[in-house]
Order: sequence, then structure tokens, then C-alpha cells
Amino acid sequence: MAELTYRDAVARGIAQEMERDERVVFLGEDVAKAGGVFKTTVGLYERFGPLRVRDTPISEQAILGAAIGAAMTGLRPIAELMFADFLAVCFDYVANEMSKLRYMSNGQLSCPLVIRTGNGGGVRFGAQHSQSVENWTMMIPGVKVVAPSSPVDVIGLMAAAVRDPDPVILHEHKALYAIKGEVPDGEIVDTLGTAKILRAGRDCTIVALALMVPRALEAAEILQRDHGVDAEVIDVRSLVPLDTQTILGSVAKTGHLFTVEENPRLCGWGAEIASIVADEAFWDLDGPIVRITTPHIPLPAADHLEDLALPSSARIVDKVRRVMGG
Amino acid sequence: MAGLKAATAPRDELQNDDIGLDRRLELFRVQVEIRDCEKRAYDLFLQNMIKGTSHLSIGQEAVAAGFGVAMRKGDKSFCTYRGHAHTLARGASMEGMLGELMLRDIGLMRGKGGSMHLTSVEHDVFGSYAIVGAHLPIACGAAWRAQYLGEKDVSVCFFGDGTTNIGAFHEALNFAAIWRLPVVFVCENNLYMEYTPIGEVTAVKHPAADRAAAYGLERILIDGNDADVVYRTALAALEKARDGGGPSLIECLTYRHSGHSRADPAKYRPPGELEEWLKRDPIVVYRGRLRDFGVAPETIDAIEAQSKRKVEVATEACKASPPAPVELLTKDVYADGGWAWRN
Repeated sequence: MAELTYRDAVARGIAQEMERDERVVFLGEDVAKAGGVFKTTVGLYERFGPLRVRDTPISEQAILGAAIGAAMTGLRPIAELMFADFLAVCFDYVANEMSKLRYMSNGQLSCPLVIRTGNGGGVRFGAQHSQSVENWTMMIPGVKVVAPSSPVDVIGLMAAAVRDPDPVILHEHKALYAIKGEVPDGEIVDTLGTAKILRAGRDCTIVALALMVPRALEAAEILQRDHGVDAEVIDVRSLVPLDTQTILGSVAKTGHLFTVEENPRLCGWGAEIASIVADEAFWDLDGPIVRITTPHIPLPAADHLEDLALPSSARIVDKVRRVMGG
Repeated sequence: MAGLKAATAPRDELQNDDIGLDRRLELFRVQVEIRDCEKRAYDLFLQNMIKGTSHLSIGQEAVAAGFGVAMRKGDKSFCTYRGHAHTLARGASMEGMLGELMLRDIGLMRGKGGSMHLTSVEHDVFGSYAIVGAHLPIACGAAWRAQYLGEKDVSVCFFGDGTTNIGAFHEALNFAAIWRLPVVFVCENNLYMEYTPIGEVTAVKHPAADRAAAYGLERILIDGNDADVVYRTALAALEKARDGGGPSLIECLTYRHSGHSRADPAKYRPPGELEEWLKRDPIVVYRGRLRDFGVAPETIDAIEAQSKRKVEVATEACKASPPAPVELLTKDVYADGGWAWRN
């Protein structure tokens, strides 16, 4: 057991898979010699060499296209998109190519690759480098989407993504790179499509993702301490496949559901969960399902404005308290 | 057409044939079969047996045949929505191709992909892509795999002149050049990007060849209506790629005899243009070539008759095939064979 940053967990997760399987190769902008602009891939180039860890030009279409071509002919590529916002310049490969090749070819083609990308706000980069775009990616049939909130989950979900036979988008959160967490020694492999109950509670269910997870946990402590509300906190971790059973099971117990989403409100991931719970657990509910989200705005750069936009633990406490009383 | 190789065989070639009779007959057979299949596809449209859209290669057969015959087993083809010809040229069956256009169970993808996505991994056809330019970077990736694993296959990527104005073209060319990838980019310049003359929307005269220098590549501009010229050029580019010499960009000048798609009557063409190109119809050119080489008329006739018979048999098989079965609707979204996105 050792303490590791989320940032260092990225390199460890990639290294674990490259060590295990020669077919795993890694490409992206500034990822090799420079070790990544967020220093998430330091040491991989030195350890695995220039044939397996490759710097690319600023060509996001070429990066994803090359990863797809390599994947469909036998490699297991990991492609880095520096910022998740850049998915927009190569979205064809996500929305039209990697997601549809298996279906269109009647199962002849397969696309086992991982796109890792720096998602989310809180780092004052402004509207084109701060977005939470997990909802852009989860709406495409054929793609799997995960977003870890802790160092151990970064390694475990990275391993699961690399070993998965389908294309997986792994959203790393830029504002989490510096956080630390305990990580066991040895190989770590998690399972896609599994949510985690991080705090058990009786009164309400708070479902969160990535940076919103530590905020939801903090809110739960305040709710307990100041308002006597015992909240259960679930880290969704995997949007596709989605572990609805863990969420439905929790709502059956608590009767209240809150989602905490960093993506802007319209068509955010919580809307799908709210819809499922309304359809399948309506009679378990003792109150309205409440979504706590970033408003439907581009993100500002100014720190106090960005802080106002993203859901905070104080806003979570306030929204939960209004429904739950106390 | 100045600077291009002559369409008739020069005298010294007749005495010193680098291609050989077997290959020549093969080049002819492939062109004829593509032509007959494409004409049948057109007829089936008129009978409402083919739905959706379709993009025919009538007039462009020499490019597909030249490459198809030059490529080895294992070399990978990446095609566009105008990909019927290239799929047949790698050995996919007429039943598979026409059956897919007819969206029947007998089709290459059992009707799930349709005419714009013909794929036959068994024949090394790694997909037909309907988003212009998308497959150039994908072909780079397949070539990267060969380079990384030390495998000797080459990826060949076919596309139209219109593709040269999309970003993915330029990203892929640079990427292939800097990584020295075993990939051959083949531009079929049929003079029109969909309905608009390519010259009206492109900064240079030859949309692919004139851009090669920007990526440190040789300028290669050939007569795409002469299967011998295409075949020789293909062999050289494939060998270069196989030997670690990196990518090539080849512009083949050709012409589609029909419109862009089934909806296009091609009224934008200036009078006389089609007639000029019909004189250089690749099949007419090649029939003449075979005669130059002393091939008996009966041999030529037999190849043509055999092709027509194959098309008839394939058409009947497709008509007899059931439509795509309902259980395919939700099959193969994910690798477990199904479509489940939640538990």
C-alpha cells in the first residue's frame, strides 16, 4: 500500500498494461519525451521506448484515426486527447467511426481502444479547456465511458478499459490530478459498469461522478453534522455500461435521489438516471428527484465565476436540505 | 493529358512484356466483372430492388483492377462509399456485394451496412467509409500496426478528388510521412467533387499530386483509365512501402460515366465531355491492349460471357435471399454481441 497522486496513477495504470501486453501502444501530443502537459505520463517513454510511446503532431483526427486503424488490425492502443474539449475536432472518429464499425460490418470489425482525456473545470482555463463533456460521449451507441474519481480507480478502470474489446473513453479530471489516495501494491484491475457506494446512508441517495464525488462526500458530512441527514453517496464511475442496480437498490432504501453533475444541465448524465429511477422506482420515491448541475452556460475563466458555476458542496447541502428538511 | 503514359502499348513493350499474359487477362476480367456488376446495380435500382443510395464506379474500373491485382493477400483496402469496385477487386463475391446493396441476408454484412459500408475482412477489405476523408487516418493506423509488429502488409486507401480538401487528408499525409508508414494513398480524380468541378474549389490544378511536395512525397500523376499503368504504379508503391520506404500519394486521372449517386443525372457536365472520356473507357482501352498483345478474340469474348453469367447467377441468388433477419437489429453494438448499456 502506498500513497499516490491521481496524476501518477495515470502513468502507473498505463505502465501496468503495457508491461502485461506488447500490443498496448500509446500515442498523443507531448506524451512521450515531455511526459504529458499535465505530467501524467512521465517515465513511460523511457521505460517502454519510442516504438510504443509516441509523440504525434497536433492532429487529433490523425491520433484517433490511427488508434482505430491499429485497434481494428490487432493492437490495443491508448490515445490521449490533451483536453476533452478537443473531442469536438475529432468527433467523427468517436461518433461515426469507432462506435459503428462493429455494427455496420455485422461483427467483422472490432475496435478495442482507449481514449484518455483531461475533462472538467475548476482550473481557470476558460470555456474551451474546462468543459465536462462526459454527456457528449455517453450518448453514442457502441462507446463505453468511464470517469474515475480516485487514484486507485484510475488504475483499475484504465486496466479494465484497455482489456475491454470495445472502444472506451476514460475521462480523467484535470482538477483531481493533484489529489492523493491509498493504492495497493501489485496489479489492479477493476470492472467497467460498476458503481461504488462510498458512504452508506439511510435518508437519501446522492449520485456523483469524478470531481463531484469528493464534493458530494463533503456535503454528506455537513448534512449529517449540521442537519441530521444521513446521505448515501454513490460514485457512478461508469456511465456506459451504467450500474443502475446499485442506484435503484439505494433509492429503494432511502426514497430520495439527488444527482451531482458537472456537465451543463441539458441532457446531462443525471437526466438519464432520473428517467430510469422515475420509470422503475417511482413507488420507492418519497420526494422529487433533484439534479444539481452546472447551469446551461459556457464556463467563465474568472475564478469566482467558475466556482459559482460548478456544483459546490455548499450548493449540494442547500439543495438536499430543501427537500429533506433539517 | 500531356505527360501521361500513352493508352496504347508502345512497340518495345510488345516484345518485352513486364506484366505477362496471365496478369493481363486477370486485369481485364476484374474490370469487366466490376463493370457488369455496376451496370446490374444500376438496373436493380430502376427495378426498385436496391433502396437507399448507391455510388457507381462505371468508368473508373482500371484503378480498382490495377490495385486489386497488384496487392497481395494481407494487404488491406480502405474504401469510400464509392467502394463496390474495390471490394470486388479484392475477391469479394458478386452475391456479397449485390446482396448488400439489396439489403439481403446474403450480403457481405447481411444488410446491416448497406452500399456505402462494404466490408469483407476475409478479403482484407477493412471497411468502406462514408464520411469523406475519415479513412485516411484509419489506414495510417493499420499501417502503424504492420510497422510496429514487423508485418509486411501494406494498407491502401482509396478516395476521391473531393477528399483532398478536407482536414483529415492533410493530417493523414503528414502523419504517414513523419512515421514513414507502409500506406499507399490513391486519389481517384474523376474531375468532380460530387456535383462541382474539383478545379473550381481547389487551389491547385491536380488536387492530390500538386500537394505531395507539401508532405515530402514524390508527385505521382497517372492515367487512371489504363489498368497497366495503374498496375505498374501500384506495384512500385506497394514494394516501396513493404521495404520501409514509407507512404506514396498517387493521383489517378479518371472519369465516372454516371452521376455522383443514383439521384444525380450529372447535367452539370459540359457538352461533349462524357463522349471524349467514353473514347478512353478503360475497358475499351484494355480490350484493344489485349488485341495488341495477340490475345485471341474468342478468349476476350469468353471472359466477357463468363462475367455476364456470373452476374446473372449472383442476381438470382440475391433475389432468392431473405431480407436481413430481425434479430440483427440489436446485434453487435458491443463485443458481447448485444446492445446492453446498463444492468
